Amino acid sequence: MNIHAFTFQDTALHALGSGALFWPEQRLLVVSDLHLGKSERMARRSRQLLPPYEVVDTLTRLEDVLIHTDAKTVVCLGDSFDDLEAGRSLHEDHVLWLTRLMAGREWVWIEGNHDPGPLDYGGTHLEQLKRGPLVFRHIAQPHTTAEVSGHYHPKVSMQLRGRTVTRPSFLVDADRLILPAFGTYTGGLRSDAGVLGALMGRDAYAIVTGPLPCAVPMPR
Amino acid sequence: MTQLPTHISDWFAAKGWQVHPHQQAMLDAALAPSTLLIAPTGGGKTMAGFLPTLADLHGNPKPGLHTLYVSPLKALAADIKRNLRAPVDEIGLDIRIEDRTGDTTYTQKRRQRVDPPHILLTTPESLALLLTYEDAPRIFDGVQRIIVDEIHALAESKRGDQLMLALSRLQSLAPDLRRVGLSATVEDPQAIANFLACHPQPTQIIHADPGPDPDIAMLETEEPPPWSGAGGKYAIPAVLEQVRQHQTTLIFHNTRAQAEIFFHNLWLANDDQLPIGIHHGALAKEQRLKVEQAMVDNTLKAIVCTGSLDLGIDWGDVDLVIQIGAPKNVKRLVQRIGRANHRYNAPSKALLVPANRFEIVECKAALDAVKAYDLDGEPRGDGPRDVLCQHILNCAASGPFDAGHLYGEVTTAGPYASLTPEKFDKCLEFCATGGYALRAYDRYQRLLQKDGKWQLRDPRAAQQIRMNLGTIIDTETLKVRLKARKGPGSGGTPLGEIEEGFAATLSQGDTFLIGGQIVKYEGLNEMTVQVTRSPSDRPRIATFMGTKFATSTQLSDRILRILQQDTWPDLPGHTAEWLQLQRERSQLPEPGRLLIESFPRDGRANTVIYGFAGRNAMQTLGLLMTQRMEEQGLDPLGFLATDYATLIWGLEPLKDPEPLFDLHNLREGLETWLAGNAVMKRTFRNSAITGGLIDKMTRGAKKSGRQATFSSDILYDTLRKYDPDHLMLDITREEAMKGLIDFGRVEEMIARTQGRIDLVQLDRVTPLAAPLFLEVGRVPVKGLAEERLLAEEAARLMDDAALPESVAKPKRWSVPY
Repeated sequence: MNIHAFTFQDTALHALGSGALFWPEQRLLVVSDLHLGKSERMARRSRQLLPPYEVVDTLTRLEDVLIHTDAKTVVCLGDSFDDLEAGRSLHEDHVLWLTRLMAGREWVWIEGNHDPGPLDYGGTHLEQLKRGPLVFRHIAQPHTTAEVSGHYHPKVSMQLRGRTVTRPSFLVDADRLILPAFGTYTGGLRSDAGVLGALMGRDAYAIVTGPLPCAVPMPR
Repeated sequence: MTQLPTHISDWFAAKGWQVHPHQQAMLDAALAPSTLLIAPTGGGKTMAGFLPTLADLHGNPKPGLHTLYVSPLKALAADIKRNLRAPVDEIGLDIRIEDRTGDTTYTQKRRQRVDPPHILLTTPESLALLLTYEDAPRIFDGVQRIIVDEIHALAESKRGDQLMLALSRLQSLAPDLRRVGLSATVEDPQAIANFLACHPQPTQIIHADPGPDPDIAMLETEEPPPWSGAGGKYAIPAVLEQVRQHQTTLIFHNTRAQAEIFFHNLWLANDDQLPIGIHHGALAKEQRLKVEQAMVDNTLKAIVCTGSLDLGIDWGDVDLVIQIGAPKNVKRLVQRIGRANHRYNAPSKALLVPANRFEIVECKAALDAVKAYDLDGEPRGDGPRDVLCQHILNCAASGPFDAGHLYGEVTTAGPYASLTPEKFDKCLEFCATGGYALRAYDRYQRLLQKDGKWQLRDPRAAQQIRMNLGTIIDTETLKVRLKARKGPGSGGTPLGEIEEGFAATLSQGDTFLIGGQIVKYEGLNEMTVQVTRSPSDRPRIATFMGTKFATSTQLSDRILRILQQDTWPDLPGHTAEWLQLQRERSQLPEPGRLLIESFPRDGRANTVIYGFAGRNAMQTLGLLMTQRMEEQGLDPLGFLATDYATLIWGLEPLKDPEPLFDLHNLREGLETWLAGNAVMKRTFRNSAITGGLIDKMTRGAKKSGRQATFSSDILYDTLRKYDPDHLMLDITREEAMKGLIDFGRVEEMIARTQGRIDLVQLDRVTPLAAPLFLEVGRVPVKGLAEERLLAEEAARLMDDAALPESVAKPKRWSVPY
């Protein structure tokens, strides 16, 4: 599996090419912004009938990562469901699938702005989780340290000899780690957006996802 | 012969004018269900269209809509309103003439629906929009005539398909409706006639006197054209001289980027400060209007332009058209030449400027074709189904409909006359449920069947459908504005638009050309690119996705025939010598055979395929060939395509070309390659928006929810993976094949040459191949290349940045290559 190994707050971590984060010492896997049920919510809210396959695709990729990492603990970093109604409307096959993935693992649902309340799918529902030196929450807070969050769906655009490559990316500085979105139907916010520039310190760098994840200074 | 009513004939007499024969013919055909007038620019074409209406509306006409006029351009609608008002007042007709376009005010539009004018001038989109209102039957009750202007241009795009569907609806509301099409000279009038007809009724075709033959030649320059390139910079002194000698000159270019560069260089050489402007589709509306007004006021000597001036208001004083670069298509050339029509019945004057040595042959072929009235064009395929899907939704917005009845109506439209019920049902199914193999949206169906009629589940959807109406999809562009002097905000002068992809390559301080000005990139502010004026020697050229025209089949055939001549007395000496040398060293391409040259150069093995299938098909051929060569272990490194040849370079020489051209294998390769292709994704986006799968993005929505929105590429990939037979993928494939991929011409090339392949192996580059090495637009063969580039760049950046120790150094990747 393609990984980028790095150290954050003296903790050895792996950024996976898929956009998930793995903490080998704890066998802990973090995925952010799954946005399950997005197509259902789009149909309900905006009447657009998008291809209803994003749950299948997201779960397939999640299962893949779980198999490869053999994670003991899974932290879903918020916005796991596109909204609570979308969460409740998952097809029963998908609910079974999710249950199967959760079986035998410690599973933590961090609440996000899209899914503020708990659903009946088991696991633990938390506002934030502290584990070792790290704290896991959905949206980055100002003036904090050792924080792992999601929410912004960061992506990075780079010029490679005349070719523009844009990929979801991790953003890392001394105090903060922001994960890219893992869900299939998710867009991204470019790292040069003002809000990300304000959050991330001068030394920030980005880990670009893909078959061979690699680090670059965060484009501002 | 129908007599002109006296009030109109008196007016003609008072003006000292005579009714043209084609105007009389239109009058005679006033009661025909459908009439097509083919006439050159000028010559009273519009008047011919309106004469029967004016004859009808004398005395005290009853209120209500009598005649609709539809043109592809808003400006044309406004212009016709002015031009029609004068004769109507002079004749003394008591009628109301109004226009209705995207620019018409809300109050005006509301009033028009309550109390329609006698003559309404509009665009295809505004007409389609009117038809989505519940009161459409009342608005259009009793309409007698519809005039479709510039129908030849509309027939070339989905706008025309949409208009013909709108007409089928209109005809149901107003059964007496008679149709009139006004067209420039086209190669196949019958095709346009079928397009316009209310099937199964026929269309009557009327030909106006085409006028005198144009006065057309190649521009003679002191310096011969260069070996490669497309800019025509070498000809600038000669072009300026022509501008000086004529009243007003239009200087046409094939692409916006070329127009920008040429205009820039023209100004650098414009020592006399001749007033010259630039006009193209990516310039801000304000800038374009300024140029158009200056043209009307006769204050410009010349305009550097693109297809944006192919249509539009006639400027009386244009007396010369210059075409820079080979025209690629004879029909468009003839239509462009027609823009130089300053005096009625005087020949239009035009000059062709070949941009490179090979284009001399192409320009010669084009001149011959114009003289022989041998126009070209691709046959019009069946109407695209994404447009049909939109039409079904539009109909639902206006009220409940019966599926069988709508199918009957749709098949009266020319582009959909042969649509099968199965295909129609699939489109209806898509509109109703999304048409997925997985039935996920039973609760949220868009259309429901009630009492045998289809209707919107949620009536609020009607507004959404209206917002999405239209078939022109914006490319993802950003507006460019001069930075306001004071304070932030995006208040500066608008200059135009650039593509998002190009904007992403800019960093602060970069300069680029737009509207002939060199500007410096200052930053991005709320989706607007902020720039300042800045002198620079080497500005970059904004790239535009716009169409790159491919040389037409007919023109390519003519070029091949010219190459067969024993000698070339009609061509300049340098060009004739060049061709002669090619004949001695290798051979010249022939119509019924496929010439392939293979020779080493710079330590690489080169293969040149002289397919003459047009740029897009030759590009597709390059992609497919390199794929096959990779399988054969020839290690291709990259390729380059022009209208006539594809050059492939690699590590191993090609020895046995025949298996490469197996049609079955090529088709299979095409399927695989299409999967991840950018062209397909772009085509999918357009079809998905047109068909109503995804909403059009308004600029406001774009500004706010950036991170919430995701690209349509994701939808394309997901559909391919989970629902490969979905209607939208089917439509995408169909659209892409006839457009940018142009596989049809690859097949045609293979059919034409039928395995008669001449592989010529040489020890060095040939005269005909040499210019290819100077062309731009090289395509590297992909693979792991992107990952390797990314890893290299990351390593370089991290080294440069020398980030502190606490941040881990990236692992260096070495990719076996």
